[in-house]
Amino acid sequence: MPTFDYAPAPESRSVVTIANSYGLFINGEFNDGHGTPFDTINPATEEVLAQVSEASTADVDRAVKAARTAYETVWSRLSGADRGKYLFRIARLLQERAREFAVLETLDNGKPIKESRDVDLPLAAAHFFYHAGWADKLEYAGLGPAPRPVGVVGQIIPWNFPMLMLAWKVAPALACGNTVVLKPAETTPLTALLFAEICQQADLPPGVVNIVTGAGATGQAIVEHPDVDKIAFTGSTEVGKLIARTIAGTRKRATLELGGKAANIVFDDAAMDQAVEGIVRGIFFNQGHVCCAGSRLLVQESVHDDLVHRLQRRLATIRVGDPMDKNTDLGAINSATQLARVTDMVAVGEAEGAHRWSPVCELPSRGFWFAPTIFTGVSQAHRVAQEEIFGPVLSIITFRTPAEAVAKANNTPYGLSAGIWTEKGSKILWMADQLRAGVVWANTFNQFDPTSPFGGFKESGYGREGGRHGLEGYVTTGGAR
Amino acid sequence: MSERVEVRKTFKLYIGGAFPRSESGRSYAVHAAPRSGRSTSSGSNTGAFLANAAMASRKDARDAVVAARKAQPGWAEATAYNRGQVLYRVAEVMQGRSAQLVDEVAAAEGLSAAKAALSVDTAIDRWVWYAGWADKLAQVVGGLNPVAGPFFNISAPEPTGVVAILAPQQSSLLGLVSVIAPVIVSGNTCVVVTSQDRPLPAVTLGEILATSDVPGGVVNLLTGVTAEMAPWLASHRDVNAIDLTGAADASNVSWGELEAAAATNLKRVRRPAGEAEAAVEPDWRLTPDLSRMTDFLETKTVWHPKGR
Amino acid sequence: MTTVAHDLPPVSDNAALTRWLHGLPGVDQVGLEARAAGLSTRSIKTTSKAWAIDTAISMIDLTTLEGADTPGKVRSLCAKALVPDPSDPTTPRPAAICVYGDLAHVAREALGDSGIHVAAVATAFPSGRASMPVKLADTRDAVAGGADEIDMVIDRGAFLSGRYLQVFEEIVAVKEACRRPDGTSAHLKVILETGELATYDNVRRASFLAMRAGGDFIKTSTGKVAPAATLPVTLLMLEAVRDWRELTGVQIGVKPAGGIRTTKDAMKYLVTVSEIAGPDWLTSDWFRFGASGLLGDLLLQRQKLATGAYSGSDYVSID
Repeated sequence: MPTFDYAPAPESRSVVTIANSYGLFINGEFNDGHGTPFDTINPATEEVLAQVSEASTADVDRAVKAARTAYETVWSRLSGADRGKYLFRIARLLQERAREFAVLETLDNGKPIKESRDVDLPLAAAHFFYHAGWADKLEYAGLGPAPRPVGVVGQIIPWNFPMLMLAWKVAPALACGNTVVLKPAETTPLTALLFAEICQQADLPPGVVNIVTGAGATGQAIVEHPDVDKIAFTGSTEVGKLIARTIAGTRKRATLELGGKAANIVFDDAAMDQAVEGIVRGIFFNQGHVCCAGSRLLVQESVHDDLVHRLQRRLATIRVGDPMDKNTDLGAINSATQLARVTDMVAVGEAEGAHRWSPVCELPSRGFWFAPTIFTGVSQAHRVAQEEIFGPVLSIITFRTPAEAVAKANNTPYGLSAGIWTEKGSKILWMADQLRAGVVWANTFNQFDPTSPFGGFKESGYGREGGRHGLEGYVTTGGAR
Repeated sequence: MSERVEVRKTFKLYIGGAFPRSESGRSYAVHAAPRSGRSTSSGSNTGAFLANAAMASRKDARDAVVAARKAQPGWAEATAYNRGQVLYRVAEVMQGRSAQLVDEVAAAEGLSAAKAALSVDTAIDRWVWYAGWADKLAQVVGGLNPVAGPFFNISAPEPTGVVAILAPQQSSLLGLVSVIAPVIVSGNTCVVVTSQDRPLPAVTLGEILATSDVPGGVVNLLTGVTAEMAPWLASHRDVNAIDLTGAADASNVSWGELEAAAATNLKRVRRPAGEAEAAVEPDWRLTPDLSRMTDFLETKTVWHPKGR
Repeated sequence: MTTVAHDLPPVSDNAALTRWLHGLPGVDQVGLEARAAGLSTRSIKTTSKAWAIDTAISMIDLTTLEGADTPGKVRSLCAKALVPDPSDPTTPRPAAICVYGDLAHVAREALGDSGIHVAAVATAFPSGRASMPVKLADTRDAVAGGADEIDMVIDRGAFLSGRYLQVFEEIVAVKEACRRPDGTSAHLKVILETGELATYDNVRRASFLAMRAGGDFIKTSTGKVAPAATLPVTLLMLEAVRDWRELTGVQIGVKPAGGIRTTKDAMKYLVTVSEIAGPDWLTSDWFRFGASGLLGDLLLQRQKLATGAYSGSDYVSID
């Protein structure tokens, strides 16, 4: 039997230059932090990419002061049209340097180059384009009379989509006239630091965007800083609750994009081949490091065996390995910590009696890897059906009726996203009404767009990002409340 | 001819469409406010004895949450047109009982009959204003999103679920309807802790709701001590949101602590008006913006491919 | 694996056939096209590219289907098939020459016992608008002329108006007409003309109908209607043959035809064959390209791989 083996097709690493060490980006220039510097590594090889400064509380204070000064002296006085022009510049610069950013993202994060190239970077640029146009039209956004910026915004972003999350946060904040202190995740700081160069190339006034690197303590310093007017956070529900508690009793505002345990619901009348693709996109996109991942597959009992068969056949074609190879579908797990978490949860699933299956695939010996995994025979009571795993692990649960599917889908403290697969239109609309989730994908999954608001119900957080709704978190209005 | 002996009313709680006494068996004396020149006085109610009100306990609050949760899906599934009609009906019944409301507001807030009447009229008008929003809100705050791909993409508001409300302490009716109507118009149900010292108009509003077409459990009214019930509602994991408006002027209530407790299940929190730690009661005479509705909405975005 | 379609409902009447075809899972256009777009981002380099180029060449049905075709033109095409690249004798030969039925005997004579097949279009190609006796005579004539593969067209009018049984019975009859006096049979490729079927649901139904009626291959297009072959349509038909083999044990081939002109295009199709139907389909027995210009570009790319320098059209013979 002939086989079509794809020869290695590595993206060139030479398109990006990584410095040995990086400082903090405060008031338009890089300077050293006063915390303990830390390494950022390539999770696919465990190679150290660079040393990064840790911002101390005093460094955060400097960054907030720079942001406050920039807000009061420059940014809030600029016309919306001029703010927009800076954002347009940034969008263009990101497009021009997209390949460089994509390579750096893949090196630092471990995600396949095909995803950083085709998803993360184009969408990041699109977010700046979209919000650039809002900057001089806010009074038409229906947010209320006389929209004004909130002030200095502290933004804390996760490691799963470093550059895209930066764009989600920075673009609307700047468009609405706020200035920013942004902390990228400690395992993926490099694209944010490269973005600092974009700010310089765009001649963005100093202090409008400040980037401080560090881990939880740095984030906490931002959250607790008295002169920060708003926190925008994407990350775990646990930390989200901590932030909500910390800012309680102050006038500091927050938008929180937190965890999820989304149900992807497949009915017997679904377009099965596309449903299989949607399941794969739902849980194996970005190694399953996606807060809205379709991590629970709810499948109608009558088609369970057929669907699992189709899914297993499909998973056998998933290419796991070098994220820099253009044909890689599933890259590295972002960190040793996350790999341990995924490994532990899978052990729990097995111990609970669910049946574990993975396709045959050879994993590299160095780096952090986990094969695509599905669990069949899962029930709602299992921890793998309740807890967010944040890895390439799918739990499969059956249902018999639409009402049962809804009940099981909603039976979680989370409420970020959900998927529905059926060719019957009225069933889609009924299901979409019933599901307690901020984003419902019907006959598709994991689609994102700058115009489309994103965010959760219940413990998946509050506020929306993207679209007209996403602006609400970055303005105050003048009406009677 | 001797004056007729009046038949007095017993003021009870309103939970799940019924009017129980507190499960604790407790009640407390409610007094009139001294006369004031202001539209609502912020003085303490040291005047004549008006009635004994039920003093709801944390268990009453718990039962009210159960009733609100039970009523919520049905209320949200009613058509927006139907919710609008039901709420308009409430205004009709309020109008019919306005004389009673004026008396109660005058006594509760220490107002002249004319000022109380103005306040009641404004409350009825406020209710009508919100009722009209029922079938318009989704059009104003939702809509199509022009995504860059072959997808139909629409964002629409949905009620966040069960909302706990600390009703304002001073404005016993206008303030009360100004916090209840915007919450329920979109399909939420609520558990309301009424003004502690001025609870009687709230109980009458409960009677109005019960005799309109509002399903039992959509609005639940608890009279009693705000500081006693608020922490239980703030930390309750089956409550989706909390409005802390009534923390202003409530004794022994720290809205910051309530907000911190609300983080337990990431409730949506509407903070009281005011600057920094200070909480003040808003001027209810002003026509509000949409935030009292939108603060208790979730935006749901639905995607579907467009193909042949 | 079972070898008989005993699980399938009977094909007793049009209503039964309709119920069966309409009971097949639907196809979501956007999802299908996204899957095809995803597969087309595969990057095929070095040794893989060399293998894929040779495999693609060996799968070509080198085609001329013009009103102006002559015996001379057909002989010239056959000569190219026999020696695709005079500068490199290791170059594989295409699978077949594809011509109109009246010229099948010319191709047969020119190709001799080279192993290159003679495919002839029949059944009032490309429109299929003729009476049944004419279509059958057309088929028998091509077989008699030496064609060992018949590319028939279905009656799209009948299909689109719901007369599935008629389409089914025509395929059965044409298959019968492919039989030679010695009892052997020409292979039957059933052209669905997907550009006229218009929807992917129709393509899936027509694929299952053609497979059930006994077609050996299902083929996308005549090349005379736009759009001809597309990657999503081919992907869908590859899913159909994959599912059909699981259902019945019978393997059916797939032939996209028309519009595939470049090596890059051919790579995308081979990736799709490999990842959708599987490696069993990666030979000319089970996958063909209906093309005329494609061979030239494959040869240019082959020369580039061999010499390391970009080649030009003057270094590849015109047919």
